[in-house]
Amino acid sequence: MGKTFQKPEALAETVTHYCPGCTHGVAHRLVAEVIDELGVRSKTVGIAPVGCAVLMYNYFTFDFQEAAHGRAPAMATGIKRVRPDLVVFTYQGDGDLASIGMSEIVHAANRGEKFTVIFINNAVYGMTGGQMAPTTLPDQRTTTSPFGRKILDTGMPIKMSEMLAALQTPAYITRQTLLNPKYINKAKKAIKQAFTYQIQNTCFSFVELVSTCPTNWGMTPLDAIKWAEEKMLPYYSLGVFKTPEEGSDSEKTVAPSN
Amino acid sequence: MGKVLMKGNEAIGEAAIRAGCLNYFAYPITPQSEVAEYLSRRLPEAGGVFLQGESEVAVSYMIFGAAACGERVFTTSSSPGISLMSEGISYITAGQCPAVFVNIMRGGPGLGGILPSQADYMQSVKGGGHGDYKLLVMAPASVQEAVEMMMSAFALAEKYRNPVMILGDGLIGQMMEPVEFPDALKAEPSNKDEWATNGMATRNSNQRNLVKTLYLDPEELNSHNLMLRAKYAQMEQEEVRYEAYNVDEDYSLLIVSYGTMSRVCRTAIDNLKDQGVEIGMIRPQTLFPFPKTAIYDAAGKKSCRAVLCVEMCMGQMVEDVERSVSGQRPVHWYGKCGGEVPTPEEVMEEVNKLANP
Repeated sequence: MGKTFQKPEALAETVTHYCPGCTHGVAHRLVAEVIDELGVRSKTVGIAPVGCAVLMYNYFTFDFQEAAHGRAPAMATGIKRVRPDLVVFTYQGDGDLASIGMSEIVHAANRGEKFTVIFINNAVYGMTGGQMAPTTLPDQRTTTSPFGRKILDTGMPIKMSEMLAALQTPAYITRQTLLNPKYINKAKKAIKQAFTYQIQNTCFSFVELVSTCPTNWGMTPLDAIKWAEEKMLPYYSLGVFKTPEEGSDSEKTVAPSN
Repeated sequence: MGKVLMKGNEAIGEAAIRAGCLNYFAYPITPQSEVAEYLSRRLPEAGGVFLQGESEVAVSYMIFGAAACGERVFTTSSSPGISLMSEGISYITAGQCPAVFVNIMRGGPGLGGILPSQADYMQSVKGGGHGDYKLLVMAPASVQEAVEMMMSAFALAEKYRNPVMILGDGLIGQMMEPVEFPDALKAEPSNKDEWATNGMATRNSNQRNLVKTLYLDPEELNSHNLMLRAKYAQMEQEEVRYEAYNVDEDYSLLIVSYGTMSRVCRTAIDNLKDQGVEIGMIRPQTLFPFPKTAIYDAAGKKSCRAVLCVEMCMGQMVEDVERSVSGQRPVHWYGKCGGEVPTPEEVMEEVNKLANP
């Protein structure tokens, strides 16, 4: 009998720089497993964001580019347009994707670029030290909202999946989480589905992962999971917002032109 | 193929294709939108990639992504657009990727105007974006020269793994002149497997490639930047290009001017010659590397009493001219910065003022 569990080939053998209890490691592993299972490691190019995952290329064994803050979807567009045969994914946090990179993600999604986005939503800027993000929850304390996020001043948190799902073009949009093994299995299925759509040249694919940041939330890893379940999941509801098979509501009401 | 009459902007787009670059990302901006219009028809026909990005910021990273996976790629823009692209240009330079940027300059600052200008000299030559870096900057004075510089830019970008900028003023983009596309300038295929993130399978390798710009270790960043500096020093050794005009005569004044402005100066020099006044000119074709030695030597000629830098801005290149002349002769500046090109008569008047103080 062969091995039933091993380190994915796509994952490098090295020591992690992520904090204890952080879900980046889980997300990395899921991406690596999917790339192994789909057998695409040798034609994959990852794009590292700015944020805690800026050094993520240290943990993978395939080609990587490192983007500027928020610009990963533009870089991925550049790659896929000139080398559509490559498998390309961006991996971005909420400050990166939902704030400084809002324009790049919306337009890449709307053009239906055939790459995959892994979006880590932990409701805070991690790398820079726990500042308020567009995804920070109302009254959540951060280093730039020390008295809690005041929605009268800063608006409500942005729901990226719902927002992108309102566009007609992008076709696979889902929100999953990494808070327990049951969720993790579903998240992996979603990531695999997203890469599969890309490989089949079907559509733009976007997987949001509700994640934890115990360090910047000022919590133990277990309390962080509890907080995410109690506070984040009710606002950031899990599910598949769009699939290419079903289309979206807006697509159903507009007859296709061809 | 013989000569054809083409608008500068269209000729620049065609030159890229003829040189062997079939990938173009851009955002429209006056006075260079004709490049995108031309290529949106021409590239699909040539089997290439045309994409209009959502902003110049995004375009600069589309260029970065494509260049980092080893494909030839270029964009064109104009002054305010280049300001937005400067972030990406800084990253591309740090990531050591070859790419070609064309700036068809308009007036500034801010929205400025849409008429020709040379006010982005500092931005192009001294940086523009953040950090220690330089671009190889070439400045054409005719549509034909724009074509030739464009065609040679890709090989230079690949030689140095550094972006090359073609810096033209609005007139270069807008005027029509007869051009030909010399086959000899077609860029040779270059092997990028050593560094490009083109997928391990593409290069039959088990070693992954990484294009990055972050160096957290100060010693590592220091040596990375010194390595970039060595490339710029090599450019200064190997890539300086300039044209010397009327320098065999005993000229009393040396003009330094580039681009469209230098053509006006040339007419002024010819007219003055008819009046018995000899004026020499050094026309930098590369702005970085700058023809420092040529200017030093030409200014030092016994007959030469002063140097006049003529540019369509409020005096930017004049600082490099002063540095090059190194105090041998007084350096003066003349120019206009609103979008009007000074006439030969205006240049002649300025020359006469200096010649007969």
